[in-house]
Amino acid sequence: METILVLTHADETGSALTKASLEAVTAGKELAARLNASLAIGIVAIDATAAASALASTVARLLAVSGEPFAQPRYSTDAAALEALCRAAEASIVLAPASARFARVAAGVAHRLGGFVDTHITAIGGTDGVEATRWFYRQRVEAVLSRDGRPWFLLLDAGTHAAFAGPPAPAQVEQVAVELPALRTTVTGLRAPSQGTQTIRPDAKLLFVAGAGWTKKQSDGQVHAAEAGDLILGFLRTTGASLGSSKSLVDQGGEGQPVLPFLTHLNQIGQTGATPRHARGLSTCCHGEEPHVVGWRFIADRRAINLDPNCGWTRGKADVVYIADAFQVMAKVNSLLEAKKA
Amino acid sequence: MANVLHIVVCAGIVPDPLQTLEPVTGPAGPGLKNEMVLPAVLDPWAASALYEAAALAAKNPGSKLWLVSLGPKAKLQQVMMTVAQKIAFELVPIDGPIGGFPDAHSTAAVLAETIAALPGLDKAKLLLFGGWESATRGAGVTLQLVGERLGIIDQFQGVDQIDLRDDGSFEVLERVEGGKHQVSVCAGTPAVLGWATGNLAEPRNNPQTGMANMRTIMPALQKAKPTTLAPNGLRYVSVALPKQQRTTRVVKDLTPDEIAAELVEWIGAE
Ligand SMILES: Cc1cc2nc3c(=O)[nH]c(=O)nc-3n(C[C@H](O)[C@H](O)[C@H](O)COP(=O)(O)OP(=O)(O)OC[C@H]3O[C@@H](n4cnc5c(N)ncnc54)[C@H](O)[C@@H]3O)c2cc1C
Repeated sequence: METILVLTHADETGSALTKASLEAVTAGKELAARLNASLAIGIVAIDATAAASALASTVARLLAVSGEPFAQPRYSTDAAALEALCRAAEASIVLAPASARFARVAAGVAHRLGGFVDTHITAIGGTDGVEATRWFYRQRVEAVLSRDGRPWFLLLDAGTHAAFAGPPAPAQVEQVAVELPALRTTVTGLRAPSQGTQTIRPDAKLLFVAGAGWTKKQSDGQVHAAEAGDLILGFLRTTGASLGSSKSLVDQGGEGQPVLPFLTHLNQIGQTGATPRHARGLSTCCHGEEPHVVGWRFIADRRAINLDPNCGWTRGKADVVYIADAFQVMAKVNSLLEAKKA
Repeated sequence: MANVLHIVVCAGIVPDPLQTLEPVTGPAGPGLKNEMVLPAVLDPWAASALYEAAALAAKNPGSKLWLVSLGPKAKLQQVMMTVAQKIAFELVPIDGPIGGFPDAHSTAAVLAETIAALPGLDKAKLLLFGGWESATRGAGVTLQLVGERLGIIDQFQGVDQIDLRDDGSFEVLERVEGGKHQVSVCAGTPAVLGWATGNLAEPRNNPQTGMANMRTIMPALQKAKPTTLAPNGLRYVSVALPKQQRTTRVVKDLTPDEIAAELVEWIGAE
């Protein structure tokens, strides 16, 4: 008989749980119901009261680690917190969001408990037991796996379950005490690397990808980097889309070629970049080579604009490819969107 | 004032990302078709870690740099022919299986044991580097597990920058959600840093560096300890290529106005 623990943590406000944590709660409820297993939820927050009340309707056992040291994500404190929660819950299956905060520590905690960990889980299935789906080779090979060893930690990718929502109510929380090691790391804050507006928006419906074509010589023999920048930022402003890039385009900064100053490696999609989840994706001036397109694994509806009818997108990698000049098309798109807004 | 650092970089070898991959299942579990003959490269994010390590070692005279790599000896040798031309390091090869399917816990155990036994390594000066995720398993757990086994509880993942200060403390930038970096200051070594892209371009090949490195790399490869990785109760139910095959509509004869109208409708569609 499995005992399931879902680990959750607060967002930057310190009181509400992150969306990814609430998604893990849904996964935990589903799994507990299917296996007829007991369910506990562990909360890491400076003050767990609000988070606990949001989870009251789960009727799960609620455990919390609270206090100032847990206000910020840090390996030594988070590992100690999660270890204490897992020991208190005596869990055999531990579900947690694959957030930066928990991805940093989950393996270490699994090791402390003599357990095992698998990350980037996209689905949990199985008939009698637990089977987890994840990708290997940067989203190229999909595998379903299972483990005999317990506790088994499964880190769930964001967007794979609906976020749990229930009526808030006062809830009983068991506070779990944590023994902390001497702290050697201080978190001083967050820094946004891109100039001006934040262009990476994980919750956006649309991903807009810019490729190196935007800063290449065009049919008039000239580079139009400034115009490219205006068109891209204009589109992001009206649509609220998230901005992705090819590797070639972000690498150009280091190679002394024309650049789009608002792009950094954090925008990069693909093999050595991100694999975001959005409902739709529009690729522009990007060739659609495999090391880039592996980052589109979780973009369901894909369109591309490219001058080259033989670009990668036309070979089964996009749903629709427009063979056209992205400068011309995006200028029209922007004016249509602005007219629509006005 | 320079700080003497002992930097250990864990880096595996992976198929060149431009290769087509096909999973196959054999008696020893899943693998890739023709895995041993696919051209291989140093795992890209771990390679960023190696270049950052070399830059850090160069700025801090007296520092040492080891590259610990687990893979089939013959494949390691092929990849090292290129990597060795870029920067100076001491290779610590472990002759073991290739690929992303072996259990990460077993991999970490072998790596930790090897690192703990490195002659001349002072753990108090240790910076354990690697990629934050591999291009094979892509799990982001191996380095963390090695760190835990070595008792290091200052760990950072998705690192893009380290700034070492004179007093031995350092500031680290880690990737977090929403395109931001979390900034932390750590009192000093030992620490684990799993690197993302970092800020350095790939160093150019220098045949002289290559020749100097190869003098120690070849004997190290010859002596590489063969190892097997226990499955630890990990079972694969299925391993397959994605089923989804898109039928692409290629639109060649619309004007920019017509395309724009179609796109605006699509963007607005719920
Ligand atoms: C180890 C490794 C890791 C890698 N990781 C990644 C990764 O994570 N992400 C990634 O993106 N790449 C990655 N790559 C690189 C990848 O193989 C490609 O080189 C890269 O994606 C190409 O970028 P691009 O399509 O923007 O540029 P290009 O190949 O230069 O293509 C530019 C495109 O723009 C089009 N174009 C030009 N002008 C216009 C116009 N006016 N209108 C419409 N179209 C126009 C051209 O037709 C062309 O198709 C990796 C490679 C290796 C070896």
